[in-house]
Amino acid sequence: MKKTVDLALAREFGLTSEEYDRVLKIMGRTPSLTELGVFSVMWSEHCSYKSSRKWLRTLPTTAPWVIHGPGENAGVVDIGEGYAAIFKMESHNHPSFIEPYQGAATGVGGILRDVFTMGARPVANLNALRFGSPDTPRTRQIIDGVVRGIGGYGNCVGVPTVGGEINFHPAYDGNPLVNAMTVGIARKDRIFLSAAAGVGNPVVYVGSRTGRDGIHGATMSSAEFDENALAKRPTVQVGDPFIEKLLIEACLELMATDAIVAIQDMGAAGLTSSSVEMAGKGGVGIELDLDAVPQREPGMTAYEMMLSESQERMLIVLRPDRTEIARKIFEKWELDFAVIGHLTDTGHIVVKHKGQVEADIPLDPLAEEAPIYDRPAATPQAPAPLEAVHAPLSLDAMLLKLVGSPDLASRAWVWNQYDSTVGGQTVRRPGAADAAIVKIEDTTLGLALTTDCTPRYCQADPKSGGAQAVAEAWRNITATGARPLAVTDNLNFGNPEKPEIMGQFVAAIEGMGEACRALDFPVVSGNVSLYNETRQPDGSTMAILPTPAIGALGVFEDVSKAVGLGMASESALVLIGETKGELGQSIWLREILGREEGPPPQVDLVAEKRNGDFVRNEILNGTVTACHDIADGGILVAAAEMVMASGIGCELESPDSGIRPEAFWFGEDQARYLVCVKDADGFCQKAEKAGVPARLIGRSGGNELILPNGVTISAARLTVAHEAFFPALMAS
Amino acid sequence: MKSAIVVFPGTNRERDMAIALKRVTGKAPTMLWHRDTDLPDVDLVVLPGGFSYGDYLRCGAMAAHSPIMAAIRAFAQKGGHILGVCNGFQILTETGMLPGALLRNANLRFLSQDCHLRVERNDTPFTHKWAKDAVFRTPLAHGDGNYTADSQTLEKLEGEGLVAFRYANAKGDVQADDAETNPNGSINSIAGILSENTRICGMMPHPEDLVDPLMGGEDGLPLFEGLVEAFVR
Repeated sequence: MKKTVDLALAREFGLTSEEYDRVLKIMGRTPSLTELGVFSVMWSEHCSYKSSRKWLRTLPTTAPWVIHGPGENAGVVDIGEGYAAIFKMESHNHPSFIEPYQGAATGVGGILRDVFTMGARPVANLNALRFGSPDTPRTRQIIDGVVRGIGGYGNCVGVPTVGGEINFHPAYDGNPLVNAMTVGIARKDRIFLSAAAGVGNPVVYVGSRTGRDGIHGATMSSAEFDENALAKRPTVQVGDPFIEKLLIEACLELMATDAIVAIQDMGAAGLTSSSVEMAGKGGVGIELDLDAVPQREPGMTAYEMMLSESQERMLIVLRPDRTEIARKIFEKWELDFAVIGHLTDTGHIVVKHKGQVEADIPLDPLAEEAPIYDRPAATPQAPAPLEAVHAPLSLDAMLLKLVGSPDLASRAWVWNQYDSTVGGQTVRRPGAADAAIVKIEDTTLGLALTTDCTPRYCQADPKSGGAQAVAEAWRNITATGARPLAVTDNLNFGNPEKPEIMGQFVAAIEGMGEACRALDFPVVSGNVSLYNETRQPDGSTMAILPTPAIGALGVFEDVSKAVGLGMASESALVLIGETKGELGQSIWLREILGREEGPPPQVDLVAEKRNGDFVRNEILNGTVTACHDIADGGILVAAAEMVMASGIGCELESPDSGIRPEAFWFGEDQARYLVCVKDADGFCQKAEKAGVPARLIGRSGGNELILPNGVTISAARLTVAHEAFFPALMAS
Repeated sequence: MKSAIVVFPGTNRERDMAIALKRVTGKAPTMLWHRDTDLPDVDLVVLPGGFSYGDYLRCGAMAAHSPIMAAIRAFAQKGGHILGVCNGFQILTETGMLPGALLRNANLRFLSQDCHLRVERNDTPFTHKWAKDAVFRTPLAHGDGNYTADSQTLEKLEGEGLVAFRYANAKGDVQADDAETNPNGSINSIAGILSENTRICGMMPHPEDLVDPLMGGEDGLPLFEGLVEAFVR
């Protein structure tokens, strides 16, 4: 490749002219092609967080149980008995639009590596997915590819996929979101970090060979899509879950020795970002000899090797006297192992290839003079209040329509393609509880895991929507009986160079921060995905709904106390929390009246905490035997979901609330739960003492849902309505 | 009962199997590496689930040629007991130790769900804790579980009673052309089969993942309890 390095090429690589000037100043000369490549990927939005860093710093990241917050490959929290949970969520949005199967598969592979690189055995995967309008063939194609890709990778590596969420909205037509989360477990005194140390120590490359795939993937992820997006297919990486499985086992085997000084996976920007970040964090220099890099194809240049995003590769700094022990482990697992360089005291990254120095860059300025932008942000406009609305159908007709609607219909068609039981520790499978529950082998500990975000709330009011996403994640964990510990965030937004998009981003972070502080629920890891916009044929661009997806983790000291959401037999059904009947931005408003209007429901963090702490206590002391949070679709949909989950029916009482029935039954007021208890009176008195609104709303029994208007719907009929959507969609 | 589990590159349900075996024997099974050439003194060898060699070429095809398989064949010839689950079943058919083959699921998608199995005979070490025609629930998780065999083989399997388990509904009704009760499309709804001497059993579903009430039930436990009773020592 003979390309002249100049401003035009720098621009092609995604750098601005101001950024290119900085490169020239740091280098004191025109950079080589490889050097320009290194700068452009390290300074890409994807790797540098240049538009978001200022705001990410405002999020709370500490708590007594946080061992490592943001800045490492994943967040680490103490879960007791000497164990730590390590987790993170990351997007693979752009590749999943271009090549859905490989995009989603390598998204799973990448997040797995972020977790096991820290010494954890991955024990659970989740994924938060957003697709375009279900009516288009392209959406169906994307769903099919993404679901096969997630299953194809996760099933093969043997990590159970236990939860997640799916939303549909036309705003995702040209830009679906694939956010994958992995949770792993390690001994808390055996956590591995990425800061390199020890001048002279060998730098070792393990895993798959390097090919020409994914070159400039990080740059692609930092730009909008135009009409030629699909022509970018060659920048999408190809995954091999079999190699990943071997890599997990080999790394964990190596981690049981004392050979490792530092380790990091080669993710976005591959060899460049891993070597630059490891050396940079450790305050040392690094010299790489690319002739030693295991290569998949002949004739690769230094530029190609440094920018390749070939999958299933790790970079390790070893103790020199342990190199042979390490080599034997990787030979056992039939993986490539090559010493490709060593640490230096120069403070530079020096890349040699075929006897030539192809790059020589000072690391400090590469990191410290990376651009950081305080982009103009327009304060989002408050949504207009919702005018009075009226129900056009009977309660039962509306319920059946809602439980079969795209955002509420059963996801079983999807879950049933993911292995959710491998490992033998899955206490609650997808759909059985508000959060997925996995046991920690050989202990009584358990984890509750969820992902949450309501993008339509975030679109209407980004600040309130950001707070709601955190609150709902906290509530879903609480509803199982687990103690919420921490979150990972995956912030998916449009083009930050537009003030209205930047305004959404800033407001959402403000809301998230408030909720995290109020709920003692710090952010320990995360990922930002910007430029989620698609250029339309008429030249305008369409941004996705602001989607700050929250992945969250809670812990049980005794996982046998966890409850599910299936209606319990012969119980009173009690509504916890205050109901005002908020229909703005509700699913009811959208699906029944075809309107996306009004303010989203209010988020009252004091009530959220008070109600949630009460419910969790009552689960752990055995009073509450089933619990479901009230979210999309309101009380009636929540009750129907409880009936469908266990097949046990329920007779609902007519509310004497002064609220119109559709607002009472379908309003999406926050901080609410439905719980099953035996003694409703005693329970409600206890709630009153705790300042928690509670009222009896029904009694369980039989196998029918009996509505307050006297209409009965059998559990079986609800289930048919609930389960029809996905199979019908995917068969069409 | 002394047991061993074979681990191939890509095996991923060895831990689940070890938990189930430990549950009934009180001791951890020996883990064997595919490059081992000798078997320890054991009563039972288990080939567990997973994606040995990434399912490349054909599921189980490359594992069937692993160094340890020679020792396992010899073990079988001496009358040893072998359980192959999921990928383990696929490996057993690839080696020819069990007849037939496992094709892609009829709906061409990976399936992960509970199913019900009907116990076809209860005079084997693998099935004697159940009554004949008993029905039990078990998870399945596979992309290639659609059992098939040529008509002669099938005639022999059915004629000699070598079918151990069939997919059924919760009442025990078998209906091969119904995707609800026979999810992967297996011929005659066959979910598990036996060797002629009934000492080798291959099955697609995962009873090892349902041996603890906390994980949703103990419906898979009789298989393992039955094996322990068969090898009291």
